[in-house]
Formats: sequence, C-alpha cells, structure tokens
Amino acid sequence: MQDLLYFFQQLVNGLTIGSTYALIAIGYTMVYGIIGMINFAHGEIYMIGAYTALIAITGLATLGIAWLPVILVVALICAVIVSSSMGWAVERVAYRPVRGRHRLIPLISAIGMSIFLQNYVHLAQGSRNIGFPALIDGSFRFGPADSFQLSLSYMQITIFITTLICMTLLSLFISRSRIGRACRAVSQDLGMANLLGIDTNRIISATFVIGAALAAVAGLLLGLYYGSVDPLFGFIAGLKAFTAAVLGGIGSIPGAMLGGLILGVSESMTSGYLSGEYKDVVSFSLLILILLFKPTGLLGKPEVEKI
Amino acid sequence: MATHNFKHALFCAIVTIIIAYPILGLNLVAQGTTVGLEGATPGTVISVILAAVVVFLFQLFRDNIMASLGKLPKLNPLSGREPMPQAKRVKMESWVLTGIIVLALFWPFFVSRGSVDLATLVLIYVMLALGLNVVVGLAGLLDLGYVAFYAVGAYTFALLSQYFGFTFWMALPIGALLAALFGLMLGFPVLRLRGDYLAIVTLGFGEIIRILLNNWTAVTGGPNGIGGIPEPTLFGMEFGRRVKEEGNTSFHETFGIAYSGEHKVIFLYLIALVLAVITALVIRRLMRMPVGRAWEALREDEIAARSLGMSRTAVKLSAFTIGAFFAGFAGTVFASKQGFISPESFVFLESAIILAIVVLGGMGSQVGVILAAIAVTILPELAREFSDFRMLVFGAAMVLMMIWRPQGLMPMRRIHIELKQQE
Repeated sequence: MQDLLYFFQQLVNGLTIGSTYALIAIGYTMVYGIIGMINFAHGEIYMIGAYTALIAITGLATLGIAWLPVILVVALICAVIVSSSMGWAVERVAYRPVRGRHRLIPLISAIGMSIFLQNYVHLAQGSRNIGFPALIDGSFRFGPADSFQLSLSYMQITIFITTLICMTLLSLFISRSRIGRACRAVSQDLGMANLLGIDTNRIISATFVIGAALAAVAGLLLGLYYGSVDPLFGFIAGLKAFTAAVLGGIGSIPGAMLGGLILGVSESMTSGYLSGEYKDVVSFSLLILILLFKPTGLLGKPEVEKI
Repeated sequence: MATHNFKHALFCAIVTIIIAYPILGLNLVAQGTTVGLEGATPGTVISVILAAVVVFLFQLFRDNIMASLGKLPKLNPLSGREPMPQAKRVKMESWVLTGIIVLALFWPFFVSRGSVDLATLVLIYVMLALGLNVVVGLAGLLDLGYVAFYAVGAYTFALLSQYFGFTFWMALPIGALLAALFGLMLGFPVLRLRGDYLAIVTLGFGEIIRILLNNWTAVTGGPNGIGGIPEPTLFGMEFGRRVKEEGNTSFHETFGIAYSGEHKVIFLYLIALVLAVITALVIRRLMRMPVGRAWEALREDEIAARSLGMSRTAVKLSAFTIGAFFAGFAGTVFASKQGFISPESFVFLESAIILAIVVLGGMGSQVGVILAAIAVTILPELAREFSDFRMLVFGAAMVLMMIWRPQGLMPMRRIHIELKQQE
C-alpha cells in the first residue's frame, strides 16, 4: 500500500511537470514542422513569460487587488501578450533574414538570440532568483494519516486543467480555423502553399506567436509551481521541452503532448527512486538514445531526405 | 502602400514597447520575504519610448531607407581592389605570422604579470577555438558540447595529479588522448545524425558530463572542485620559492638569479604559446592533407562526397576526434594555470563563447579565429565597466553576423591553383 501510494505520488508529480513540458514542446514542434529549424530561444521566451507573470502579480498586489481569479487571469494575459510579441519579434529580427540558408546558420542565429535574451533579462532584472508568491495553496490528501500520504495539490490540479484547456483550444484551432488549416498546409509543403496564395510569412509568424503564447502559460504555471524564477530558468526547461518534442516525434503536435508526459514521468520516477541529481542525466540520455535509435520519435512521420 | 506601411510601423512600435517596457521598466525587488515592484529611472522609460519611435520611423520609411542605402558607396575601401595573387599572399601571411610569433615570444618579459596571465588565457581560448574550428568550420558539424572535452582534459590532469602524483608533462598527452577518446566514443554513434540533431545531442552530452562532475563527489569533489594542481616544471626545475617534490631543483637557484613570481607566469605563458602554435601548425597541415579536403567536401555536399567514395563516418569522426584532442590540450593547460578547477568552469556558456569566437572569426579561417579569440577575451578586460554587457553583445553579434556576414570577419580562403588567363 505504502509503495503503491509512493508510486502514484511520483506519477502525479511527473504528469504535472510533464504537462508543462508539453506546453513548451508545442512551440518547438510547430516551428520545426513548418520551417525545419530548432528555435533555440524558445526556452527564453518561456522564461520571459514567467517574469512578466510575476511582474503582473506583484503589480496587482501593489494596487491592492487580492481576488485570486483576477490575479491569475491578468497575469496570464500579460504573460501571453509579452511572450507572443517577443516570439513575433524574434522571428522577424533573427530568423526571417536567414531563412532558407544552410541549416546551421539559423541555428547559430537562434543560439545568439537565446544568449541575448538571457542577458537582457539578467541585466534588467538582476541575476538572483526571485520568489513567486504562493497563490494557490493547499492540497487533497489520500491515505492513512499516520504514514505516507499521497498529496494532490490544488496547484497541480490547476496545472492539469489549464494544460488540458490549452491543448483542446490548440487542437480545435489547428483542425478548424482558417489559419490552422493554412498552418497544416504550410508544414506539408511551404512552396506549394505559397503558390496557392497562402501568405506563408504570416503563417510562420503565427506559429511563433502560438508557440510563445503556450510557453507563456507554462511560464506562469511552472513559476507558481516551483515558486521562483531566474534568468537561467528557461535554458534547462527549454532543453527538456525539446527532448519531449523529439521523443514524441518532432513536427507532430500530439507527439509533443505525449513526449512531455513521458519525459515528466520518467524524470520524477528517477528522482523518486534513484536520486534527484541525476534526473537531468536521465532525460538527456533519453534524448540521445531516441535520436540514435528512432530519430522520428514515437508519433513522427519518417522523413525522406530529398536530393 | 503608405497606409499599409503606416499600420505596419505602428504595430512594430507597439510591439517594441510591449517587449521592452515590462522587463526593463518594472524591476522586481526582494523586500524581505515578499517581492516588490520598482519603476525604473525616467532615463530607461525615455529610452524605451525613443526605441519605439526609431522603430516606427524606420518601418514607415523602410522602402526609402533601403533604396538610399543601396545607392551609398561601398563602405569597404578595399572591395574594389584586385585580389592579391595567391603566391604573394601566402608568402606575406607566413612572414606576418612568423613576426607575430617572435614578438609573442619576447613580449612577456617587458609587461606586467597581469597581462601575461591574461595572455595565457587568450592562448587557451586560441587553442579551443582552433580545435572547434576543425569541427564546426571545416567539417560543418555543430558541436555545442565542446566544453565537455575541455573538462575531460582539465579533470584528467587534476585527478591524475591528485591520486597518482602525475606531473604536467606526463598528464598533457594523456589528457589530450583521453579527450580524443571521449570524442571518438561520442562521435561514433552520433555522427549519423543530421546537423541540428547533432547539435542538440552534443549539447546534452556536455550537460551530462558537467552534471556527473558536479555530483560524483567522491572522486571529483563535486561543486567544490579540485585544488592544488601542480604547475609545470622545466626539466625537473620548479618555479616555486621552495622545491615541493624531492629530486627536483628550483629554477632560480639553478640559474643563480633572484626568485621572482613572474618566472612561473611567463613560463606558463610560453608553454601555452608553444602549444597554441603547435595546434595551429598541425591543423594547418591537416587542412591541406586529403583528410582536410574531405572534411570540407563533406561539409559542402554530403551526397556528392559520398558518391565519390568517401566514408562519411570516418571523415566526420576524424574531425570530431581531432577537435576533442586539442580541447584536452587546452584543458590541461587551463588546470595547470588555475591550480584549481570546478564544474563551474565548464558550463554551456563556455561552449557558446568558443562557438561565438569561431563564428565571429570566420568559420574555417585560422587567422580570423585567432584574432577573434584575442578580441573576445581581451575586450571585456579592457572595458571592465561594460563587462556585464559582454554576453549581451556576444549574443547580438552572433545574430548579426549570421544575417549579414555568415562567412565571418575574415572568411577562409583555400589554397588553390590559379589558372592564368590566356591573352
């Protein structure tokens, strides 16, 4: 019984982290699906989302607004607006001019952008980590009162529900809306979509904006969950989310969701049963192994290299 | 057209304010246990607004600005000049290089200890950048975990000296070979991957090495690092005031001169110089050998190169291993120079700096990479008050270089046969 409860606790923790990884991973996977580049600066956009959310929360607290739903909604909207603008601007400034050149050139440009954004926030907000206020407290507890209890915190429930809403909205958007249909067309064949009168530049911008908005949601959620944020916050999370995207099959949106969940669970199992220090080693090893043995990921389509 | 431009310009200006104001203008400050918000100085707010106005005006008159920029005369006065004949250029280059090396040999005896120390660091970066240049510049493999091999070199020396009492000269080849072995081991499976996947895998590998060094406390000392790494000796002569190891003599007593702490610094500098020159020369030769040409052929067109019978794995692996080898070299020198190493010195940012050096100098170009290594290491030291902005400028420079001059400041020029034009 004890062991089972412990196992379920790790599973819940893993799914919580995993669903936020999935939110970030969608940004990687959509961009990769359309223009075939790794948006290295995506983790930084997520970090900026977390910072903006914290700034909004603190600002509302200074104004004396204390009603939780208002705080969360305003923080979410602010984070989404700033991150999306950032995503749009990054694409416009650093990626569009180098699009279509040799593969490594956009990648190096993205690494430069990532370093730039990290230090932009570092210089503006300082390098120390800043605490998020614990807005959503408390938890459900299961199991006997005198020994190990499975705890499901309200924060974790919030994360699940928000992620679920975002994923549903995204799926509807991609499958039903005009822009979503154009996105799918562009990811199948950019040149042909262009010939058929789709403004591909706009669609690519839209992809960056959608990815950045989801990353901002993840930034708010993970900031609240971990309780602090610092300028390097985005780097490792971005790498993990990229791993999730690759795990699920890069270019595939359901794959990113699945990959995020698997990665989150395997990480929390490692820290639960082995050691917390080695959880990053496990996820990076997972990344290396997947790329070596099944580079298309779990749900990805095999890519035929065209000559 | 004008209204379209106006709308676009307005949009861009608003985006500028949105991305700049919250982060720059509202600063989070810790007030005890809670967090408070502080408005920035009016100067920051004004500069944000100014930036938005500049973006607005630029986007509004974008077409006109671009048109008039195109009409401007070329800024580079040399652009119209006939390229120097190759034979003359090679001769001049080798004279200039010899001159620089001779100068570098005698220079440390006339300057302060601090500058010699800095110069040693510059030379370590030159070695690293030259090594990475083989991998990224010549073979076209983006290695984001290069710092891992540097760490292997440094830790090999540190551990060998701590546990087995190895000296610098014994550890130098071992460190480099072990780093090369790591390169071989990592390279063998991953080189089948496509360029951008390879970049991410090497990045993951670099992080794994760092995390292992950080957590394997029993052997590596974890975050506390390893101290007391010995300095190099000259034929058994030590540079300390007193001889530490039995059987050794001390440098100042043997030559009958007064003890000075500078001897050690200069000696380390000279070792680094010799190793850097060796690195440069070896790679220079390799570039002209069949293997060097194979690297570039594979970088330019993999399918064509393979259809000519080149083994993709062997060629890529050789570049990867040689790059790792020189990183191991640099790592050993670094450990000896610092006397203390910890995982802090081997973070991803270090890989990014070395990559920035290669990109700025011009991928593949040795002279460019050496100059970039010198500039990137010395400039932040010269402008200390701007040192916070160093990484910001690096990041921006990487992006701008990729947009305007992806071939680097001094693009590589290959030795080739020039056919005379028939009259």
